[in-house]
Amino acid sequence: MRYIPNTPDDRSAMLRDIGVSSFEDLLTAIPKDLRYQKPLNIAPGKSEWEVRREMEAMALKNQNAMSTPCFMGAGCYDHFVPSAVNALASRSEYATAYTPYQPEVAQGTLQVIYEFQTMISELFAMPAANASLYDGGNALSEAVSMACAHTKRRRVVWTEAVNPAYRRVARTNNVAHGVTFDTAPCANGCQSNEDIAMLLSEDVAAVVLQYPNFYGVVDDLKKLIERIHTAGALAIVVSDPMAMGVLAPPGRFGADIVVGEGQSLGNFMSYGGPYLGLFACTMELVRLMPGRIVGVTKDLDRKRGFVLTLQTREQHIRRDKATSNVCTNQGLIATRATFYLSLVGPQGLRDIGNACGRRAAYLISKLRDVPGFGFPHSGPHFREFLLRVPGKAEEFFDHMAAHGVLAGVPLVRLGLADERGLLVALTETRTLEDMDLYVSLAQKYVAEGKR
Amino acid sequence: MKRNILALQSEMDMIFELSRNGRSGYQVPPTSDQLPEFEIPQELRRNAAPRLPEVSENTTVRHYVNLSTRNHHIDKDFYPLGSCTMKYNPKVNDEMSALPGFAGLNPWQTGATAQGAMQLMYELSDALLEVTGMDDITLQPAAGAQGEFAALLMFRAYHQKNGNPRKRIIIPDSAHGTNPASIILAGYAVTQLPSDSNGLMDTEALKRALDEDVAGLMITNPNTLGLFESNISKIIDLVHEAGGLVYMDGANLNALMGISRPGDMGFDACHMNLHKTFSTPHGGGGPGSGPVAIKEKLTRFLPVPVLTKTKAEFAWDWDRPDSIGSVHSFYGNFGMHVRALAYIKSMGGDGLRAISENAIINANYLRKKLSPAYQVFVDKPCMHEVVLSGNLQKQKGVRTTDIAKRLLDFGIHPPTVYFPLIVPECLMIEPTESESRETLDEFVEVMMQIDREASESPDLLKQAPYTTPVRRLDEAGAARNLNIRFYDDIR
Repeated sequence: MRYIPNTPDDRSAMLRDIGVSSFEDLLTAIPKDLRYQKPLNIAPGKSEWEVRREMEAMALKNQNAMSTPCFMGAGCYDHFVPSAVNALASRSEYATAYTPYQPEVAQGTLQVIYEFQTMISELFAMPAANASLYDGGNALSEAVSMACAHTKRRRVVWTEAVNPAYRRVARTNNVAHGVTFDTAPCANGCQSNEDIAMLLSEDVAAVVLQYPNFYGVVDDLKKLIERIHTAGALAIVVSDPMAMGVLAPPGRFGADIVVGEGQSLGNFMSYGGPYLGLFACTMELVRLMPGRIVGVTKDLDRKRGFVLTLQTREQHIRRDKATSNVCTNQGLIATRATFYLSLVGPQGLRDIGNACGRRAAYLISKLRDVPGFGFPHSGPHFREFLLRVPGKAEEFFDHMAAHGVLAGVPLVRLGLADERGLLVALTETRTLEDMDLYVSLAQKYVAEGKR
Repeated sequence: MKRNILALQSEMDMIFELSRNGRSGYQVPPTSDQLPEFEIPQELRRNAAPRLPEVSENTTVRHYVNLSTRNHHIDKDFYPLGSCTMKYNPKVNDEMSALPGFAGLNPWQTGATAQGAMQLMYELSDALLEVTGMDDITLQPAAGAQGEFAALLMFRAYHQKNGNPRKRIIIPDSAHGTNPASIILAGYAVTQLPSDSNGLMDTEALKRALDEDVAGLMITNPNTLGLFESNISKIIDLVHEAGGLVYMDGANLNALMGISRPGDMGFDACHMNLHKTFSTPHGGGGPGSGPVAIKEKLTRFLPVPVLTKTKAEFAWDWDRPDSIGSVHSFYGNFGMHVRALAYIKSMGGDGLRAISENAIINANYLRKKLSPAYQVFVDKPCMHEVVLSGNLQKQKGVRTTDIAKRLLDFGIHPPTVYFPLIVPECLMIEPTESESRETLDEFVEVMMQIDREASESPDLLKQAPYTTPVRRLDEAGAARNLNIRFYDDIR
């Protein structure tokens, strides 16, 4: 029992001090028929060495991005994580503290979160950001709730180019309140005024756009948001923090709420979590914001300090009147993002953005020459593009995986009908060799007549 | 840095104040000259760069290491924050979650490329089902509150399937704040019932509240007073007879492992907090993980995708027409699943029971040792936490806040205070099994000294703490003059 200090002797002495003769005497409140009499059917405790060996055996069964070039994205990306992020985030001071309920002994966590909020609002050019939500899908879900609460409307329009996984979460979390959703088509993978306008009416609370969109296409937000505002709806933009070094931020185009997935900011892909829901909004909406917010204040000696603020929005104070039920959020993941952005800085973020864009452009140009491969979308792509492979995308994926390349995300895995569609992502960690290998394996796939 | 003779109390710069043009802590991997340029139209190009800090790697590290020393944390000292189960977080678990074969997995990997990850989630599911005595489970919820919400959506779907979603969910007045908030999000109204004089659910009041509009009951067991709901079988029967479903808030599961199982009590659903009972680090406020275990009658409503196992392989099943949908973009906080399974393997079935036994003994030891000076709200054997009232100290002119702040001067994190709401001047103490008898004795000594200080020099307590990086903070001022970002303008 390496994690339990008290020995049987300690226990006996403590039970004596408590004034009972056996441990069972402490359980008198539990009716006899509810006491579990058998041992739990879970294998006996193992040494650390054995535990490691079993866990490592399971890890080895997975083909992973650290040993295989990974071109998979669709909401989760293989960006490089600097060692300093890991070293800082593994400090017990950050990892083993809890929500800063006692601010006098949580200034480390609180100041980090304040810096995080500042960085996120800088990235998106939005005036207010919170301390994090669970993930991109939940951030979108909370944005929808906020827009409905603010406008007192219950219809939401989103485009086909908003990540279907996020849409599924937002729908699940909002249907109980009677919120309905309409989906605008995206001809050629672009979000357009024509497609949105058809669905706009006076009962629309918000329109959700993605920027860059789910297919990696960079749409012109300005006209879209202007059109949305003329209908009296709020503009919710699902955006990508990694693109904000090179792309004009959604705040500049008048977005009311910006949400996104922050996994790319110094966090591993980790099979889907823990991730980082980013949430930013205008000051007009700040009192409807979900989740924790850190603010600056003074202590008794007039010294600068940080506290959780606007807590009257929150469940532990307002209970059934709270703006959200969020309690534990993604503190350590936001902390990692803060370390990452501090290391990377404005120049690094620009460099990474350009590196992604250039790699996407290169792979597109090379695959154009391979017969049978097609590109349904044009326009500038940031980091990601939709590829139509010859035959089924799942079969192409298997072919590539067998040759040690994770080739992309078949759209059918997201429940989309396009059997030939493969979403291909390139981060700054994809080398020229990786990309050339991709092209040669694609050529081989065609040449071997598999298709 | 505004240095002070007491270095820890110096006002710290913000990272933005350390920024100097041209400095950087990062070098991007090279891009071959053969690659085309990234071409985007001028109007979509960013002109004004985001004002991220420009600092070297060493400045970043020093800044955040210095900031870290301003935190209390479980590896430093006692952290008896009630309802939060601040137990020791074994180091091997963090290392396991960082293995390339787990950390380097894209969630859209399925089939042959991710069998190990799915096996891990399957093994964890099995162990959690054994601990709870339930039939089926989802690991998807990212935190306890999300688990509550997901379960309530399953309740709604169940009733809907039977023709009527119903209107209300009942909670006791001792419930966690997330309960009523989750109920509202799930589209129900909240009916709150007063606890009886023993701090338990009042079965007579429950009977009166039950009708065909009641979709269910949410109850924490042991409850937030640290007491096992002795009438739980009767309570559950009453709700079931009225056609409702019963949910157990599993925040306090650390008291029950191998001792009593929610499934055997008759609950229809319960969540677990992996970051409490199963030792995954709290991270300064997450990430957590809040799996929900259910009875078979709710299986068809589980969130998609559902993990399945055939002879040949593990797979994700999306084809679930009655599913409530998804509450997470992927499968939940997988990194926490890895840690929790490593913990369960280390402890084993016998060890899990030992956890709960020791947690209960530690709480009762504190109850006994503190009772000479502090009022125990319900003076009976408690489960894993003991709830005190600061009423006696209040008579001396000292509030519970003052006791809590004074504890900080002794390097101890205060208990949860002013919750549950039904206890005046409440102190909710959860020592966990991680603490030795010596640590508990030290805590008792400190609490006794604070009680003496309350009699002899109450003003000393009202100004506490004195030794922390900052002193008491003006929280009202923070909300009044809202400052939540470093820069005044936006660009």
